[in-house]
Amino acid sequence: MKQVTEMNIIVLIKQVPDPREYVRIREDGTLDREKTRGLINDCDKSALEAALRLKERYGCRVTAISMGPPKAEDALREALAMGIDDAVLISDRRARGSDTLATSYVLYKAIEKLGKFDLIICGAESSDGGTAQVGPELAEFLGIPQATFVEDFEVEGNHILLRRRMDGGHEKLRLAMPALITVLKEINKPRTTTFSGILRAMNMPISIWSLEDIGAEVDKVGLSGSPTKIMKIEKVNLRRRKILIEGDNVEEKVNNLLRILREEGVLSEVV
Amino acid sequence: MKDYSGVWVYAEHDGNAISRSTLEIMGKGRELASRLGVELSVVLFGYGVSDLVETLIEYGADNVYVSDDERLKYYKTLNYAKLLTELIRRHRPEIVLFAASYKGRDLAPRVAASLRTGLTANCIDLDIGDFEDREKGERFEKILYQIVPAYGGNVVATIITPYHRPQIATVRPGNFQVPEKFPGKGKVFQINFGSEDWDDDVEVLEVERDEEDSKLEKARVIVGVGVGARGSEGVKILKRLAEALGGTLGATRPVVDAGLLPHECMIGETGKVVRPELYLACGISGAAHHMIGVRGAKVIIAINKDPKSPICEAADYIVIGDIFEVVPKLLEKLGKHGDAL
Ligand SMILES: Cc1cc2nc3c(=O)[nH]c(=O)nc-3n(C[C@H](O)[C@H](O)[C@H](O)COP(=O)(O)OP(=O)(O)OC[C@H]3O[C@@H](n4cnc5c(N)ncnc54)[C@H](O)[C@@H]3O)c2cc1C
Ligand SMILES: Nc1ncnc2c1ncn2[C@@H]1O[C@H](COP(=O)(O)O)[C@@H](O)[C@H]1O
Repeated sequence: MKQVTEMNIIVLIKQVPDPREYVRIREDGTLDREKTRGLINDCDKSALEAALRLKERYGCRVTAISMGPPKAEDALREALAMGIDDAVLISDRRARGSDTLATSYVLYKAIEKLGKFDLIICGAESSDGGTAQVGPELAEFLGIPQATFVEDFEVEGNHILLRRRMDGGHEKLRLAMPALITVLKEINKPRTTTFSGILRAMNMPISIWSLEDIGAEVDKVGLSGSPTKIMKIEKVNLRRRKILIEGDNVEEKVNNLLRILREEGVLSEVV
Repeated sequence: MKDYSGVWVYAEHDGNAISRSTLEIMGKGRELASRLGVELSVVLFGYGVSDLVETLIEYGADNVYVSDDERLKYYKTLNYAKLLTELIRRHRPEIVLFAASYKGRDLAPRVAASLRTGLTANCIDLDIGDFEDREKGERFEKILYQIVPAYGGNVVATIITPYHRPQIATVRPGNFQVPEKFPGKGKVFQINFGSEDWDDDVEVLEVERDEEDSKLEKARVIVGVGVGARGSEGVKILKRLAEALGGTLGATRPVVDAGLLPHECMIGETGKVVRPELYLACGISGAAHHMIGVRGAKVIIAINKDPKSPICEAADYIVIGDIFEVVPKLLEKLGKHGDAL
């Protein structure tokens, strides 16, 4: 049996725009992330925290990988400040606009290049894409088992024991490693970076890889290499009848409201 | 691409009944199939599930591919994905639809990646239409439009998968009505698979059920709690209102984030999609993120003290007033009527 202390953990992190800021949508339907402040996606931070807790207990090695524009380096720098060992950024203009299949293909090629791993931890879903697809698609490329929407887990020898959210409840699973799990943000409370952590991270290298570096085929990435395309973007029409319920005082308004409820048939069973 | 034909739905169930979201998707699937002039097929995996085949036929399945096997008793990603991928490779449907449930979102990406095709997550609508790729000079007829809410506010995006088959999507539960029964042709195919296909990397140790989950989806009346409820006092009176109307409580995200109501109550883009007879939005400003979850409500009534809040555009009826005055009055009158009955 392998020692837990020799474990290699990979955490996938995505830089997402601050959800409180306005994001411009480009002509081709992709998001313009250049001008917004980037943050580490919420549950990816929890993924980092989960890996760091394993590191503290067992001394395993933690590598974070991100695919994104050059400024996604900030996200990796923050992960280094939190305490991970290595950081890899895959940044290549030709990868812009990749859908989930293209993204997971690129991440797969990067992980292949890294070589060995025992556990991959992703966030359950990203706050901007929100598909929850990259983790399972990557697991399929790698041909390893997966568990999604994990709320709790621990390592036991070559296995992980975990509790995951399921329709109508929860499930407890035992998964053989190497494996990939995706974690919900509720799994833990990520640490904040310390001053000494930030200082340490400043001097640590971040590997920056192009598509050639990882041996990815260019026609499988980016807008043109993605099977899904954005055909159009429209405003949602949420407008309705907007009839004002009149009344000079609360009493009258409520009487009119009750009348409407009855007319609309929604009160028939109650009153 | 021409040799891909037919609309498929992956059926979810709890062992006893086909899940409501599957029936919803079958209704839409039926509609898409008839517009394409093709058959609707449903895939059913599990153990002791043969009784459920009939339900699928009643709700429109022309074909049911069923694998009833002890080894399928528990949902295990790798085995289910392998079986389903194999079935898709053999029969080549043009469209495959999953519920955007925990299970569907676990399974669909595995299948899509294995087939190296596209997958669109969390669709709120589906349609059939044409597409012209001017750059490449290609034209596509009758492809699947996959409509999803897009990040950044009040927009929806139409996603297509023109060059790959099948076109796969997960569909948000609650977006379509459960259809009227409309029996399909109902041919049943038993699927068998060999032990060499079997994977044992996962062991299911325990399944826990907390039944509470689907209250919102079934409710006829939902009282929506917004930031205007100002904390637990407001929640309390709105709860009484929901009870008086025979309904249940829903909430906006900040209300859930503040811990005033549990996560299951959250409605909207990142919460649930509901379609009650009445949605009574109390102290809710009407952000598109929230309203996209109640689009299917028959009637939306808003109680809000600000006549300029966006909900006044997105409701059928608006009461301008303070919920702490309007709701107690409403309760008082509902109470009187209640006594009279
Ligand atoms: C990526 C993303 C996803 C999101 N997903 C969701 C989602 O799924 N669901 C969701 O709900 N939100 C979601 N949000 C948040 C959403 O944008 C809004 O911030 C939220 O819906 C607003 O909630 P609210 O209407 O309760 O609060 P507010 O916007 O603060 O509105 C409160 C309203 O109450 C009224 N009011 C105050 N006091 C009273 C009173 N005494 N009587 C009557 N009226 C009163 C005010 O006039 C105001 O209109 C998301 C945001 C982002 C960025
Ligand atoms: N560009 C990316 N780089 C690194 N990890 C990513 C990227 N996109 C998605 N992921 C990972 O996949 C998870 C799910 O993302 P999504 O499928 O976009 O909802 C995220 O929480 C990340 O862990």
